[in-house]
Amino acid sequence: MTVIGDRVARATRTAAPRRSRLSPFIVVVVGAVIVVALTYTLPPFRTYQLATVGAYLCVTAGLTVLTGLNGQLSLGHGALMATGAYTLALWQNKFNLLLPGILVAILVTTAVGAVIGLAAARLRGPYLAGLTLAVAVVVPSITSTFDETFNSDQGLSVILNPPPDSMTVEQWQAWVCWGGALITVLALALLTRGRFGRDMRAVRDDETAARLAGISVARTQVTAFVISAACAGLAGALFAIIAQSVSPGAFPLTLSLFLLMAIVIGGLGRLTGALLGAVLLVALPAVAHEIGVAAGSQRLEGNLALTFFGVVLVVVMLAAPGGLASLRLPTRRKRVEPPP
Amino acid sequence: MDRFVFLTFDGLSRGAVYAAFALALVLIWRAARIVNFAQGAMAVATAYVGYSVADATGSYWLGFVVAIVAGLLLGAGVERVVMRFVDHSSPLNGVVVALGLVLIIQGVLGMLYGNEFRPAAAPFSRDAFEIGGVALLSRYDLFVFAAVGAVVVLLTLLFTRTPTGLRMRAAAFAPDVSRLLGVSVGGMLTLGWALAAAVGSLAGMLVLPTELGLHPTAMDVVFISAFTAAVLGGLDSPIGSVLGGLLVGLLLSYISGYLGATVAPMAVLALLVIVLLSRPDGLFARSKARTA
Repeated sequence: MTVIGDRVARATRTAAPRRSRLSPFIVVVVGAVIVVALTYTLPPFRTYQLATVGAYLCVTAGLTVLTGLNGQLSLGHGALMATGAYTLALWQNKFNLLLPGILVAILVTTAVGAVIGLAAARLRGPYLAGLTLAVAVVVPSITSTFDETFNSDQGLSVILNPPPDSMTVEQWQAWVCWGGALITVLALALLTRGRFGRDMRAVRDDETAARLAGISVARTQVTAFVISAACAGLAGALFAIIAQSVSPGAFPLTLSLFLLMAIVIGGLGRLTGALLGAVLLVALPAVAHEIGVAAGSQRLEGNLALTFFGVVLVVVMLAAPGGLASLRLPTRRKRVEPPP
Repeated sequence: MDRFVFLTFDGLSRGAVYAAFALALVLIWRAARIVNFAQGAMAVATAYVGYSVADATGSYWLGFVVAIVAGLLLGAGVERVVMRFVDHSSPLNGVVVALGLVLIIQGVLGMLYGNEFRPAAAPFSRDAFEIGGVALLSRYDLFVFAAVGAVVVLLTLLFTRTPTGLRMRAAAFAPDVSRLLGVSVGGMLTLGWALAAAVGSLAGMLVLPTELGLHPTAMDVVFISAFTAAVLGGLDSPIGSVLGGLLVGLLLSYISGYLGATVAPMAVLALLVIVLLSRPDGLFARSKARTA
């Protein structure tokens, strides 16, 4: 009985309210102001990179919630991004209505994510990793199977209306991407603060205790997966808009591994960490590209970034004494005043 | 019917390779409770080394031996330098580190050899013999069966008949007691990784000539197939992994033959989902311990 009592006590402590911090609304408004200011001061290429950071932020934020707060690892988010991107491309080439198209991309990816999430909720550890890895490897190959729809390795171009006259293409891309990113971050911040955030952390820390406290473990896990899939779908749609094309080569297995690295480095479970990860995902390949150009070697360019990401991932995991768990925000370590 | 017979033998040949690769996964899982997600990348790396030696010296067999030895060294190195220091409180830690190794290996291979497919020559003809007008097996298929069969027999003998095999099993199942009895548990772990990586290298050398050739990501789909085979047989069972490999090979051969080669990866994913959801402990698991 004491064991169970202890576990429930621990779960209750987990469920205790977190210290209130900055209101997410204020953070998002400030973020929007900064982004708008940057789009008017940065040169076009930097603005384009800024847009890419915004698109990455959507998926890293969702993945941070899934892995950091709910404890599920997914290597399939690159494939989910591909789902969103291809959905948007097919929609645009038929209807050319951008906003509904983004919503449809999110919906379709959410549905795919629900299927994977239903399977994932029953799996643990290496089995879950293996399944999502298989998704990441196999899904891009579907474009070859149904090549009449997806045009195989060449991919599809995305029809887009030209941006309003008052702004450049890069500015418009940055606004669209950061609009999506800030809405995502706001939604996730509100969601994880509430009851659902508590449920997710409780499930992550001790499934048995969470179940004793009346939380449906499977439902919480599936919901977390679906939410992060929706974020990945949005990110995929935004990537399709930035690149104005989609192809399976843009969503390789390494993309999923990059996303994993981004959230591990960013510190699992923090939305600010997701931002740091998104910035690194754009900055490191850019640095590697410049080193490659300086060395005059094409082979170096992409592969240097790959190697560097791998080394960072391994070193961070070995240096953190408890592995993944120690990288989390230590919410549960904080002493909470016992109720009177 | 002719086609069915041909696809059956082709599937068994493919399945033998998946069996060897799955066996390598099972070896590490039994020794260290880690699914080595870097196995595919490690096998490709050693195959690059092997084919470089083969190109430089003109001798395929020298390259073949070098690839296997490189596998032994790489496996031991990965265990001693990286995996030994992974925190084992959560199984995800080992997975994430292995995936980091995948990035490193693929990046280094891309830098050294470039990201285009390079031809991987087969040591024997891949033209099938015909018996009574029916195409059955090629010399290369026979070589694959012989190589994988030899590995299975040698590993069985090692684990059941030799003192080293006994020490390795003891170190895996009761590390503390083994240490008390004077077994070098760390050394056995290194040996397990080295053996598994060498078996993986062998599987890589066998499968690459039948695919598009050498590429840093050439083993990704093979890894998924072998993982499916290992799960199908139960991650803990070496015999199960061999049977699982043959089953997966047959299934993929029929599906590629009758529905088209591009459907095969999806079939692997479907099979993996079905197995994980219905029999997560494998088809051949005897009893299941409750975990929650």
